[in-house]
Amino acid sequence: MKNKLLLFFSLAACILLFGFAARFSGDTVTRKDVELKIPGGFPTPLYDFKNNKISPAGFMLGRKLFYDPILSSDSSTSCQTCHQRVAAFAHIDHALSHGIGGRIGTRNVPALQNLIWQNTYMWDGGVNNLEVQPINPITNPDEMNESLVHVILKLKRNKEYVQLFKRVYKDTVINSERLLKTLAQFTGLMISANSRYDRYIAGRDTFSMQEKNGLQLFRAKCASCHREPLFTDNSYRSNGLKPDTSLNDTGRGKVSGVQTDNYKFRVPGLRNIEMTFPYMHDGRFRKLKDVLNHYSNSPSTADPDITKIGTLSDKERTDIIAFLLTLTDKEFLYDARFADPGFK
Amino acid sequence: MIKKFQLLTGLIILLSPLYTNAQHSKGMLSIAFKHVVDGAALQLDSAVYKNALGQTFTVSKFKYYISNIQLEKAGGKKITVPGYFLINEEEEASKRLMLNSIPEGEYISMQFMIGIDSLHNCSGAQSGALDPANGMFWAWNSGYVFLKLEGKAAASASPGKIFEYHIGGYTAPANCIRSISLAFEKPLRISRETTSSVTIKVNAAEVLRAPVTIDFSALSSVTDLHNATTIADNYTDMFSIATDEK
Repeated sequence: MKNKLLLFFSLAACILLFGFAARFSGDTVTRKDVELKIPGGFPTPLYDFKNNKISPAGFMLGRKLFYDPILSSDSSTSCQTCHQRVAAFAHIDHALSHGIGGRIGTRNVPALQNLIWQNTYMWDGGVNNLEVQPINPITNPDEMNESLVHVILKLKRNKEYVQLFKRVYKDTVINSERLLKTLAQFTGLMISANSRYDRYIAGRDTFSMQEKNGLQLFRAKCASCHREPLFTDNSYRSNGLKPDTSLNDTGRGKVSGVQTDNYKFRVPGLRNIEMTFPYMHDGRFRKLKDVLNHYSNSPSTADPDITKIGTLSDKERTDIIAFLLTLTDKEFLYDARFADPGFK
Repeated sequence: MIKKFQLLTGLIILLSPLYTNAQHSKGMLSIAFKHVVDGAALQLDSAVYKNALGQTFTVSKFKYYISNIQLEKAGGKKITVPGYFLINEEEEASKRLMLNSIPEGEYISMQFMIGIDSLHNCSGAQSGALDPANGMFWAWNSGYVFLKLEGKAAASASPGKIFEYHIGGYTAPANCIRSISLAFEKPLRISRETTSSVTIKVNAAEVLRAPVTIDFSALSSVTDLHNATTIADNYTDMFSIATDEK
């Protein structure tokens, strides 16, 4: 009897321990966890998972790759080096992107959220499909400085990855298509749609007078570019910022080849903006207050939708910021599915 | 066991008419790409050539995409061979395409695209010839590089005296997709169970001339949309059917 009890307790302890271990390593993703749910009021996604069927194993492989510095040439830098979960996958407090050997890039790291509602990526829109976006950071000499050929070689040599790819694709092929598609399974499911703003719109939360006033002002002054519910119209516009001569970044013009597109940049979505500082394509503004100061009385070179904003009073700026803070989505920021799975 | 065997035999007998039928109406076509610089065979790095301005150069890389291959019969009927092919001077096997299942008959001309259609330029991650790891994909401005010609020229102003022409782009104003049409001197006969062959001569010198003569000292690097269509227009006439050999 005593022995039986002992056995029972040791078994129970084992199960508990394994349970915690599994939880800790993030190995708890189920089929339900990777179901694509389109939030109410959101349009039809522009990225289609039709040719990239999401599975728990695929999502978990994408997640492991996202957090693994194996993607960089000196195994120092992973996607999460610049895309931090608590900042909606932007790079908190870093104006420009970082890379191996302390190298500095030319643009501010954008948040990763609601990506499947875009069909172009990067500040200049140069990338035309979610799946091929990671080729940029992987191969950029100022970021991961690696080649796709070598990444694939490293993954093929790694017994754990051989197993993980096999679990997803049921055969032993490892190639860039599969690497990129599993990454898209992971990043494509990063959906932020449960901020206080969302709950307020759905009638499940309240706004203060200041927040209500901020929303009203936002709709009147900002929403022609930052269109709800994604807070972007996916266009490229000039916000009248004086070009930084040390970066000499012509933005959209470089990829479109059209002169009039020079110095235009993507209208970014604003969800979780509280966490994604510093702001603008080159991270030149540290605080939301600086951004609002810029858009109040913007230079004449700015887009007409910006110049027509005119002057914003101190109170108006404060109210708009109060509203912007309601876009913070704690459920997304602390979603365990997107956490670092840890490495053995 | 015997039952299984009988079932299998039965199945084979049942399906064999279909199989033989397919065999009877289809043949194979082997297309060889023979790379030259004017009169001389292309030899990477070692051979020295001259452009139209008399500037000397060597070639270190020559690769390009062929797709949407079509064969046309007299009367205009066309068949399309699916697939994307990356032809690379460095890889012998890439310079010979073996096309199966070509319907029997006599064909008077062939057409193909140099480049990749717009749909497959924005279809996300792909494999095989379209694997971005082949080094023919632009990450910063998504899309395939349709042609690469690289080498060295004494007149070049680039560091290391190199020249590099990476040509791609599938949208206006820098759409570099070009269609090629080549007429066969005498009709190409495709017969069942045999392999016919065509050799296409590809003159890399044409990348550098007509309509625009490329001066290495003025334009040694084209690696984005700027000047891309100029080079694309140049190489549109680099293909011809080699007549003097198999």
